[in-house]
Amino acid sequence: MPWLLLLILALFGGTSHAQELTLWHAYRGSERATLESLLEAYSAEENGITVRARAIPYDGFNTKLEAAGPRGHGPDLFIAAHERLGSWVQQDLIRPNPEALSGVSETVEQALFHDGQHYGTPLAFKTLALFTNRALIDTPPTTTNALRDLAKTERDAGRVGLAYQATEPFFHAPWMNGFGGALQKEDGFALDRPGAVAALEFLVDLQSDNLLVEEPTAVLVTQLFNEGQAGMVINGPWFLGEVDPSIDLGVSPLPVISETGEAAQPYLTVEALQVSAQTAHPEAAWRLAQWLSAEPAALKRAVEGRQSVATLSVYNHPSVAGDPVLMAFQAQQASALPMPTDDRMAASWEPLARAIRRVSRGAHSPSVALAAAQTEFEVVTAPPPKPTNPTPYLVAAIALVLAGLVFIARRAWSARAAIREHAYAYAWVGPAAISMLALVVLPFTVGAAVSLFAHDNGQWTFVGLTHFWDILLARDWPITSALSFWFTLVVTVGWTLANVVAHVAIGMALAMVLRSPWLKLKGVYRVLLILPWAIPNYITALIWKGMFHRQFGAINALLDAVGIEPISWFSQFSTAFAANLITNTWLGFPFMMVVTLGALAAIPRDLEAAASLDGASGWQQFRHVTWPLLKPALLPAIILGSIWTFNMFNIIYLVSAGEPDGGTEILISEAYRWAFTRGHRYGYASAYAVLIFGVLVMYSKGTDKWLSRRAA
Amino acid sequence: MTTPRLRTQVATHLSLVLITIAVLYPVLWVLKMALSPGQAFSLDLNPIPSTVTLEHFEAVLTTATMDGDWLFGRQLMNSLIVALATSAVGIALATSAGYAMSRWGFPGRDAGMRIFLITQMFPGVVMAIPLYILLDELGMLDSLMGLSVVYATTAIPFCTWNMKGYFDTIPVELEEAARMDGADRWTTFWYIVLPLARPALVVTGLFSFMTAWNEFILAATFMNDETSFTLPVVLQSYVGDYGTEWGHFAAGAVIVSAPVMILFFALQRHLVEGLTSGSVKG
Repeated sequence: MPWLLLLILALFGGTSHAQELTLWHAYRGSERATLESLLEAYSAEENGITVRARAIPYDGFNTKLEAAGPRGHGPDLFIAAHERLGSWVQQDLIRPNPEALSGVSETVEQALFHDGQHYGTPLAFKTLALFTNRALIDTPPTTTNALRDLAKTERDAGRVGLAYQATEPFFHAPWMNGFGGALQKEDGFALDRPGAVAALEFLVDLQSDNLLVEEPTAVLVTQLFNEGQAGMVINGPWFLGEVDPSIDLGVSPLPVISETGEAAQPYLTVEALQVSAQTAHPEAAWRLAQWLSAEPAALKRAVEGRQSVATLSVYNHPSVAGDPVLMAFQAQQASALPMPTDDRMAASWEPLARAIRRVSRGAHSPSVALAAAQTEFEVVTAPPPKPTNPTPYLVAAIALVLAGLVFIARRAWSARAAIREHAYAYAWVGPAAISMLALVVLPFTVGAAVSLFAHDNGQWTFVGLTHFWDILLARDWPITSALSFWFTLVVTVGWTLANVVAHVAIGMALAMVLRSPWLKLKGVYRVLLILPWAIPNYITALIWKGMFHRQFGAINALLDAVGIEPISWFSQFSTAFAANLITNTWLGFPFMMVVTLGALAAIPRDLEAAASLDGASGWQQFRHVTWPLLKPALLPAIILGSIWTFNMFNIIYLVSAGEPDGGTEILISEAYRWAFTRGHRYGYASAYAVLIFGVLVMYSKGTDKWLSRRAA
Repeated sequence: MTTPRLRTQVATHLSLVLITIAVLYPVLWVLKMALSPGQAFSLDLNPIPSTVTLEHFEAVLTTATMDGDWLFGRQLMNSLIVALATSAVGIALATSAGYAMSRWGFPGRDAGMRIFLITQMFPGVVMAIPLYILLDELGMLDSLMGLSVVYATTAIPFCTWNMKGYFDTIPVELEEAARMDGADRWTTFWYIVLPLARPALVVTGLFSFMTAWNEFILAATFMNDETSFTLPVVLQSYVGDYGTEWGHFAAGAVIVSAPVMILFFALQRHLVEGLTSGSVKG
C-alpha cells in the first residue's frame, strides 16, 4: 500500500520552484484582473522573479492563513483588510515594515499602525458613502437634518426614504461614531457611551418616521435601488458592481450629524499587502509590495481595477481627478475612522448587533439595550482564566489512558480464543478502522485537548477544566439567557426532535402514497421529490432566507394571498424557529422518504391485503401492520438523521443566524461563534464541541435500548 | 388491492403536484438567477426569468488561469477525481467492514459499530486545523489523494452501517453452500455476496460521491492553488467579503448540482432498494 500512496502523491502532489514569490488574495472581477496583469508586468520587468498570485475564497482565507503560515506553507505576501493586524502580529504571521510609509493619508497610516510599528503597504481602502439615484435626488444632503427631510419627501412619493442595512453594526457605525459614541477611545472600549445611545435614538427616529425599510438585507437594498424604489443608499464601493448600469449614479460623502456638527464617521478598512513572517525572500517581497503601492501601479489599479487606492498622488492625475466616484470615496476617507485592530473589536459586533436589533424591534430603549450589550461584551472579552498547574491533569490523563489500556487488554485476554478464531475478520475491518482512527478520532482528540487551554490574542494558557465549569455552571450568564449552554441545549434538543418528527412524518406519508400500485407518474414524482437532497444545502438555505423576508419574501406574499397578516419571521423566537424548521424539513424529508420506500419494498403486500380483507381501515392497517414492520428499518435512519440534525450548522447560520437575540442558535453554531466571532476563544469553543459530543454519546446510549429491542 | 375512487385519485395527484411545486419552487429560483442578467439576488415572486441569458454560465465555464489554461476544466477534473476516488475508497473500506460486521461475531464488533456511529457526532469545527497538521505530517497536503482519503473517512460510518444492514438481508445459506463446495471466504464474498449487494453498493458510492462533491471548507483549507481547487470552492469564491455575485453563484450551483441530479435520476431504483442503513432482518 505505501508504494501506491507514494506513486499517487508523485502524480498529484504540488511542486514548488525557487525564486518565486507567492501572493494570496481574495480579489474578484476587475480588481483581480488588474492585479494579475500588474504582477505579470512585474515578473517580466524584474529578472528572475516570478510572482504566483493565488485567489483564495474569502470564506476560507483566514483559516487557511492561520493554518498554513505556522506550518511553513503560507504565502510570501498576502492582501487582506487590516483589521486582523493585531491577531496576525500576535501569531507571528507578518513582518513589520523596514521603512516608514509615505504618500498616504494619515488615516490610512494610522490603520496600519500596531504596537509602535507599521505593518504592510496600503493598496486600497474601503469605506461607506452615500449613493444616490440622480434621477430622483437632485442634490445629495450634507447634514442629517437635510437627509431626513429629503427622505420624508421620498417616503411621501411612495419610495423608501433611505435604504441601508440599518441593523448591521458596520452600517450603523457612521452615526455611532459621529454622535461621539466610538467604541475605542483613550479610556478603552465601551459600547454604552452617551453618543452611542444618541445614535440609536437617531435610528429610532428614522424608523418611527417610516423612512427605513424593514429587515434591510444587502440583497434587498440593491434591489430597491436598482428598481428605482429607493433614491438614497448607504453602502460601500462593492455596491458599484451591483448597480444597474442604466441608473444615473451619484456618490457623495455621508452627511454631517446636525446634532453634533461632526461628520458621520464610517469605518475605514485598508487593504494592505503584508509580507509574511516566514518568507524566505523578505527583501524581494518588500520590493514587490512597494512597487504595487507606488504611483504607476496604483494608477492602473484605480483606473482599471476601479479601486479606491491609498496612494495620494494618484488623485492629482487627470483620469482619476475627473472620476466623481473615486473622488467621492477619497473625500469620505477624510472623516472615516480606521477600524481598530484590537482583538476586542471582533468581539463587539455581536453584542452591538443584538442591541441595535432589540431597539429596532422596539423591545428595549437604546440605553437599556446598550447597557446589556456592554455587559455581554465584558464577559466575552474577560481576561482568560488563571493558568492551572497541568501536572495533576497529566497524571490523571496518563492514569486514564493506562486504565483504558488495561481494561482493553484484559477484555482481549479473556476473549483471546475468540479473537484468534476470528483473526481474519480484523483484516476486513482493519482498513476502515485505521483510517477512522487516524483521520477522525485523532484530530478530534487533538481538537478536544484544546478545550483545556485558553486562547487570548495568540497566547495559550493551560486552564484545566475551567471552561467546562464556566459553561456547565452558567457562571457568566443567567441560565435562562440565550447565551447559556443549558438554554441552547434545550433549543437544540427541541430543534432535533421537531425536525426528525417532521422528516419522518412527511417522508413516510409520501412514501406510502408513492407506493400505491394504481398511481401513475410515480417515477416522475419520486425524482422531483428527491431534488432537495441533490443540491448543496448552503445554496438552498440562502434562497429560503430570502423567501422568509418580511416585506418581499414569497412566503408572506402567499400568506397575504390567503388573507393572513404578513409575519416578521425573524423577530420572534417561535417564527424564527419555524423558519429554520421549514427549511431543514424541505432539505431532510427526501432522505426519510427514500429510506421508507426501500423498507416498504421489503414488506409483503399480502399482509396488508389480508388486514384489509379483515375490514381494517387504512389507518389501522398502517398502525398495526405496516408500522411495526417499518420501525426496525427506520430506527437506524432516525438515529443517524437526528445526529446530523443536532449538528446542522449551515441552516441555523444561514437562515435565522440565531435571530432573535441568539435565541434560535443551536450548540454547534454557538461553538462556531465562540471560535470565530467572539474574540477567537478557541478553548471555550472546543469545550462546547466536547460537550456536544458528550450529549450525543449519552443519546446514543439511550438509543441502544431501541436497537437491541429490535434485534431481540 | 383495488383502485380507489376517481375522487381519491384526483385528490392524491393534486396534493402530490402541490407538494412537488413547493419542493421545486426554490430550485426554480436558482435556475432563474442563473439565467437572468446581472449579479443581483432576485426577490421576485415569479420564478420564471423575464430575460434569459447564458452569460453567467459562459463566465463560470470559461474561467482561465493566468497562463491562459482552461481553469474550469481543471477544477471539474479535480472534483471528479476527488469524488470518484472518495467513492472508490469509501466503497472498498465500507464494504469489507460492513461485511465483516454483518457476518462474524468477532470480539469488539459491537464496540466497533458503536464507535463508528459515535464518530458521526464529532463536531467538525474543531477538526480542520488538527487535520491540516496531520495531512501535512503525512505529506498529503495539497494533494487530491489526501483530500479524497479525508472525505472517504467522513463517509465511512454511514456507508458501513448501510452496507451491514444490506448484508444482513442476504441469506447466509447461499454462502454456506458455496463454502461447502470449497470456495474460500474471499471468493464467496466476491462472486456471491457482492453481486447481490449491488443496490447497497450504489448507495454507498453515491453517498461518498456527494460528500466529496459538495464540500468546500476542507478543500479550500487543504488545497493551495486555484488549479487544485474543487468546484464547490470555486462556487464559494463568488461569495465575497461584502457582496455576492449571485448570477455566477447560481450558475455555478446549477453546474455543481446537475451531475448529482443526473446520478439520482439514473440510480433512483437502486437508491430505494439500497438505502437500508441497518434494515430489516430476516
